[in-house]
Parts: sequence; structure tokens; C-alpha cells
Amino acid sequence: MNASSLSHLEALEAESIHVMREVVAEFEKPVMLFSIGKDSMAMLRVAQKAFAPGKIPFPLLHVNTTFKFKEMISFRDAIAREIGVELIEWINQDGVKAGMNPFQHGTQRYTHVMKTEALKQALTAHGFDAAFGGARRDEEKSRAKERVFSFRDRFHQWDPKNQRPELWNLYNGRVHKGESIRVFPLSNWTELDVWLYAHAEKIPLVPLYFAAERPVVSRNGTLIMVEDERFPLETGERPELKRVRFRTLGCYPLTGAVESSATSVPDVIEEMLRSRSSERQGRVIDYDEAGSMEDKKREGYF
Amino acid sequence: MRAAVGGDADDLSAIGIESWLERYGRKELLRILTCGSVDDGKSTLIGRLLHDGAGVFDDQLAALKKDTARFGTTGEDIDFALLLDGLQAEREQGITIDVAYRYFATAKRKFIVADTPGHEQYTRNMATGASNADLAIILIDATKGVLPQTRRHAFICSLLGIRHVIVAINKMDLVGYDERVFDTIRAACGEFFAKLATADVSFVPLCARKGENVVHASANMPWYRGGPLLDRLENVYIASDQNLVDLRLPVQLVLRPNADYRGYAGTLASGVLRVGDEVAVLPSGKRSRVKALTSAGVTRQEVFAPMAVALTLEDEIDASRGDVFVRPNNAPVLEHALEAMVVWMSEAPLSPGRAYLLKTAALTTPATVTELRYKLNTETLRSEPAESLALNAIGRVRLECVRPAPVDAYSKNRRTGAFILIDRLTNATVAAGMVVERAPVEDALEGRRRAHDAGSNVRAHASLITPAERASRTGQTPFVVWFTGLPRSGKSTLAYALEKVLFERGRHALVLDGETLRRGLSADLGFSSADRAEQARRTAELARLFAEQGLIAIVASVSPTAEMRATARALTHADRFLEVFCDAPLEVCEARDKDRLFERARAGELVNVSGIDQAYEKPLNPDLRLDTARVDSATNLKHLLAALVARGWAPG
Repeated sequence: MNASSLSHLEALEAESIHVMREVVAEFEKPVMLFSIGKDSMAMLRVAQKAFAPGKIPFPLLHVNTTFKFKEMISFRDAIAREIGVELIEWINQDGVKAGMNPFQHGTQRYTHVMKTEALKQALTAHGFDAAFGGARRDEEKSRAKERVFSFRDRFHQWDPKNQRPELWNLYNGRVHKGESIRVFPLSNWTELDVWLYAHAEKIPLVPLYFAAERPVVSRNGTLIMVEDERFPLETGERPELKRVRFRTLGCYPLTGAVESSATSVPDVIEEMLRSRSSERQGRVIDYDEAGSMEDKKREGYF
Repeated sequence: MRAAVGGDADDLSAIGIESWLERYGRKELLRILTCGSVDDGKSTLIGRLLHDGAGVFDDQLAALKKDTARFGTTGEDIDFALLLDGLQAEREQGITIDVAYRYFATAKRKFIVADTPGHEQYTRNMATGASNADLAIILIDATKGVLPQTRRHAFICSLLGIRHVIVAINKMDLVGYDERVFDTIRAACGEFFAKLATADVSFVPLCARKGENVVHASANMPWYRGGPLLDRLENVYIASDQNLVDLRLPVQLVLRPNADYRGYAGTLASGVLRVGDEVAVLPSGKRSRVKALTSAGVTRQEVFAPMAVALTLEDEIDASRGDVFVRPNNAPVLEHALEAMVVWMSEAPLSPGRAYLLKTAALTTPATVTELRYKLNTETLRSEPAESLALNAIGRVRLECVRPAPVDAYSKNRRTGAFILIDRLTNATVAAGMVVERAPVEDALEGRRRAHDAGSNVRAHASLITPAERASRTGQTPFVVWFTGLPRSGKSTLAYALEKVLFERGRHALVLDGETLRRGLSADLGFSSADRAEQARRTAELARLFAEQGLIAIVASVSPTAEMRATARALTHADRFLEVFCDAPLEVCEARDKDRLFERARAGELVNVSGIDQAYEKPLNPDLRLDTARVDSATNLKHLLAALVARGWAPG
């Protein structure tokens, strides 16, 4: 490699910093959607670097569905304290009152109320005009065509036919009052890039990404961790202790674990290089029809 | 995503994860654009790269098998195209209609693939995908050959400044892996690439469906020795594509976390910057020195494009978003009026007089399109007069900006020469623009027109004698032979020899020798790029006049750039134009240097000598290439005459 050329990680990082600075320069009230996962952590590190030596000039928003892993919540609070950034937690209180849970109401309905609706409520209540998300184009087919600046109408809806062309690094961030954009600074990163970055930058991650003995049950061939007493065990079913880890993190009843012995970032990378399945396999919500992600996106989910 | 062809996993076992991370954690990034017609098999090719390059996961492969049964067009074989077609509606139509980005990596590089549609309506998407690409793969269906859209794709790649093009000739299995098919297509491509600015064009015959010459070499095409497509993608040299000469740092925002720190943050569009360097900020022109630099939050002594940086200055000078840091003696154009090519991207057409927002790397300013100079016919690459530009049209405009925009010519700087136009009511991005450097010729002409103020009064009188009448008088149909090559490569020798032979055969021919012209007609010109362009223009105009009189014009001119030669071809208006490349390496020319031209240039006594301090761009596809280093001039003359006879331009 030439002394005057960037490695792919450096080039991706520079591109992401450019995007973040552009948003801060052009928008009145940006926010970072913080899901606590590895992508959010990578995005957070990029933000720290983009505005160094100052602090991150926008708050973090976490949409809490109330079914997140406990370790995620404690990790979240520790990180926010440590780097001194404002953290906003949003829970859809209507959903809580209605007793929404994935077991009785079904994955789709629960996700819609506690994630999609909750996010829209939070964005509207705070009047955010730009929201950073850690989504990557390599995650899912419909995301391959997502813009870095993704325009949303007053109802936070995404119209695949009405997206702005994006050329060079010239982003059009103009919106009318009430409209907003979702911004994906990590668009061009892959799962491996995120892990390589976490390794290079020594980014702290939720311990759930690393193998440990955890109580799990098998549902439709997917290992689900029995995190608390809300998980309805079938008669005679008993959680088994298995050495597992998670490739992605979300709501514990909807997140599949994989058996693993990887206890460090290099271990995880090694496992990934040898494995033959994509990370989204661990996400229960994607098992619906082809194009399900696209339908969710139209509604306002990421 | 999995990383590697031939298995990083294997490599991993051998060297261990720690060494692997060290070795492969730092790859280069290559951004690729793929373009081709709907049925060229483009999506299949990318699917192949992802699959054979091991970028596809098993669960995705299972989903793909399911999708193939439902939407596929390949029967039993897995339809790799379905990997790429993302949106439902598109999938059902069986056509990709937007730009989709795909990722894969090998041990050497990470690749970002922008897949753009080939249908002619979608110029907009292709321009979008091309804007960030280092390299383009243009697909051609071997059974169909070069189609109008092939030329269009090549043109848009050139317009958007892509320096490396690989023409992938697909479906070779359907033409029996015939080398002649490959050669014919390559020759046809050469004709139009010769007129474009693309520096590096190569050709790969392949079969995407079967994976031949994509990642693995094909056993069915032993005549092809160039290596599979992926080899090229891994090895094409791109480090020098980055402009590290002209410092351009647009200020994105000012970081002021506390009273002691005032940092200017931005992404280096081009150039290198070091602590202690003197910088000027535009438009104010105020100067200071760099006190400290950071890139991605890390303190550095030196930063370079395309890093995202922040700098502090020794003096308190005022700079804000929209300003640009440059070197005091190397500044971009800072003008209210811009000349640019635009790709129109909106349903609502461009109409001159309308005001838009113009956003460049540095600045957003209201701007008005004051003139639509012409629309480009992407089929013929000729300009046509137009009243407006519709969706997917390309044209040349003049813009007036409210604030002067610090821009460079796009051909010199892809970052600071680019802009977008935004509709002020709908906020839609309506156009992509590329600043055009006004050709010196054009400036000169404009200056002359202004000086005499009679430009509008110049009319072309038509001659009363027709070309046919002239031909019957002279007994010949005129043509132009244009010799190009380094100084001392043997152009003039051949030119005069050709003139003599033609004269002996009863033809009326004459030589226009660059060095001779410079003693009279062009005595006012030197050897700078601008003066060379003007010299080439005068020579071409003369050749045109002679050809119009029924004469054979033989030009001997270094004409070092592809652009100059393309201009010459266009200006002569000759149907019969033969570009002859006198191909001799610099060492050979230097050895023949009786009058010490090269010697003095090397000593620094002379400047602007082609081959020494001025680049000579070898013609990629001349009409005729003569080896003037190893072959003697009598033999070369024979080749040349044979070429003229073969074309029916000279008697046998």
C-alpha cells in the first residue's frame, strides 16, 4: 500500500465522517439512533472522531421495546455516561398500557407498535429533522439501493420511487418543515468491516456478542435465550445451558443465538470467515415473505 | 460477508487470525460501476463475482434458489441476477431499475459495486453510479456486438471521469468461444473510445453464466491470455488517480468546542497539507499557516486527500462553511459564471432562465441557468441546438451564481469540479453538473469576437462548386492523413515520402508539417498546452480547407493528447481521416536527437517537450500504427499505402 493512500477502513471512516459533519452543518436538530449493537458502537466512534476534540453535538435516541436484553441496557447507560453524551430513551407508553409483547401479539404487530411507531413518536415529539442510523447496505437486498441520505415525508414514510439521486459526496439535505431524513453513515461498510474496525479501534461491545454459557431453548431450529420470566416456556420445556453468542442484538425473544466459542473480537472474525451464513439469519423478523424489510421500511422502520 | 477468493479461510488456517488481521485488515478500496444492456447478463456477472468470490452466504443461496423458482429466467441454473434485484416491483418485472450497491472482498481489495441499469431511460442512474467509480465494467453481449447503448455507456463513463474501463464481452459460449468475434467487437469499441478521454481500456472475453474468465480462467478460450476479470480488478493501479497536487480543502464546518480551539473541519478534495504550510482561504484570500492537523481525530504532521481532517491556524482569520483552503499560488477559478455539462435528472425539464440552488464541494449558492448552449445526442455524440433538457438528457450550459463558486475543471478535479442543482421549491436534486474548462481556443475565439464585436455578422458563403465537380477536375477524392507521435518518431519523414509517392501517381497532395507551420502561420505560438491546442486547431482548419478544395492533406503533428486528435478529426469534417501513430519509444527518439531537443529538455533548457516534461498520450486505437523504431521507413510507407489502397482512397 502506498504511503499516500488510505486503507479501505480508513477510506470508509473518512466517508462516514464527511457524512456526519455534513448533517451537523446543514440540519437544525439531528439525533443518532442508538441501538447499542456493534454497528451503533462503530457509528458512535466515528462521531467522536468527526467532532474531536469537541463532544458529539447531538443526542442519542434509544427506542426501548421493553424486551431488550438487560445487558444491553446496562451497557448503554455506562457508555453514555463514559463519553458524556445525552441519551434519550423512548418507550411507546400506549404499547406498554396495551401490554404489547411478541408472544401474544405476534412478531409483526409487536415490532410495529414497539419499534416502528415508537420511533415515529420519538422523532415527532422531539422535532428531530435528521436521524443517523447504523444500517448497512450489505445487510439485506432492499437496503442495497438505500441512499445515504434517505428522505422521509411528514409521516416518516419512505417512498422508493421518490428518492433523490446521490452523486459524488454532494448530499442534498434540504427538507421542508416536518420532513426529515434518515442518514446512514455506514452504508458502504460490511459486517466484516465493522468487526475489523471494532478490532482496530478497540471499541467496547456488549458482552452478548461473545460466547458464554447462557440459558437457551430451541424454537423452530433457532436458539432463543430465556432472559427473564416473561418468556413463556412450553410445558415440560427447560432452558438448557449452552455456550452461545449473538451475531446481532435486538429484542431477546426475536434474536437467535449461535453456538460458539468465540470470546474475543479476533475469535469472532475468525468464526465469521469460516462460517457460511449471514448475520440476519439470527433475526427472527426477517423470516416473513420476500420483501418484508421493504414493507417495513415504507412504514417508517429502518 | 466472506472475504476472499480461493479461501481466506484456508489462508487463515495457515497463518492464524492475528497475522491474518495484520495482513488483510488493510486492503485497498476499489469502486466499480457496471453497465450494460438489460439482457447482457450484467446482474449475472456481478452475482458470479459475489458467489465465486465467496461473498454469498449459504442462507442467501438458499433464498436465491427459492427466488429462482419463483422469478428466475434461467431454468435449472441458479439465477444470480436475483441476488441484486432488490425491490419487489422490479423483481417481478425482471429488470433492475435503480442503482444497487454490492460488496465483496478478496485478499487484496474490498470492492464496492454500483450496479446500474442499461435501459436508455436511466442515464440518471448510471451517472449516479459513475460519479464515485474508479473503474467501469461495460458489458457487451457477444451475440449482439456493439449496440448504441454501448457507446452511450462509454461516453457517460468518460463524461463522469472514470479513468479505467474494462469491456467485458459476455456470452462467449454462444458464439463458440470464437476469437474473431472478440476481435471484431474490440475493434468496433476502439473506434469510439478513440474519441473519448478514457485513459485505460481493456477487454475480457467471458461467460458469466458459467463463470468463465470471471474469477477463474476459461479453458475454452486459450487464445485469450489477459487473465480473468477479477485479476484485473485486483491489480488495476489506481493510486495515481487521486489528485495530490492541487490543495483543495472545503470547509464543512467550524469546530469550536471551547474558547481555545477553533478548528476548520472538512474532507480534503485533493492535495496534501503539512503542519507549517502557508494556506489562503477563498474567497477572502487571507493567509495564514497551518498550526496543527488531525485526521479522524488523530494528530498528524501530514494529511492527504481523501482524508476527513480538521486544521487550526496560527492566525485568527475568518473562515466558514463555503470557503476553501488552497495554496496561495494554486487557486481554483472563482467566478460567478460557470460553463458546465449537466445530466438532467428531473421529470420537470431544464429551461434556461430558471433559478436553482447549486451545491459544490464547498458552497451552496443560488444560481441561474443563463444559457443552454447545446444538447448532446448521446447516440452520435454530436451537439444539437435545444430549447430545454428533459429527464436523462445531457447538455452544456452556462450558469450565473449569486456567490462566486470556487471550482476547478472536472477533468482536473472530480471533487471540486462537480456540483448538483437543487430545485428550490421541491428540494429535489434535478441535475448533476461537471465544470468544463473553457478550451483556450474557445476563449481566444470569444475574445476575438468581443474585440471585433462582429461575431454575429460572420456568415458562411457556400461555394458554387460542388465536391463532385472538384473531384472530376482533380481526378481524386480528397482525404486527410494525420501523423501523430513523439518528436523524432519519424512523422515528417513518412509524411514527405507519402507526398512524393502520391505525386508520382498523379495525385495532388501536400504536407502540413507542424515545425514548418510554426515558422509562419503559427509564429505567435509557443509550446504550452494552450498554444499546442491552438496550433492543432489551426492545422486542422488548414487541412479542412485543403480537403474542401479537393486536395489530399498530410499532417505531421505531435498532437500529444487524445483530445487534440479527436478535435482534429472533428474539425477537418473529413469523412476520410486516417490517424497514423508513429510508434517509437522515447529512447529511440532520443537516440535520433541530432538537434539536441531532448538533451536540452532534460537539462531544463527547454520546457514543454512532449515525452520529457509534457505527457504524450499514446493513441489507444489509431487507424494505423506504424512501428517506426524497428521497421524502416520504406516498409512503413508500403504499409501506409496498403492501408490507403485497402480503403479505396489511393490507386493500387
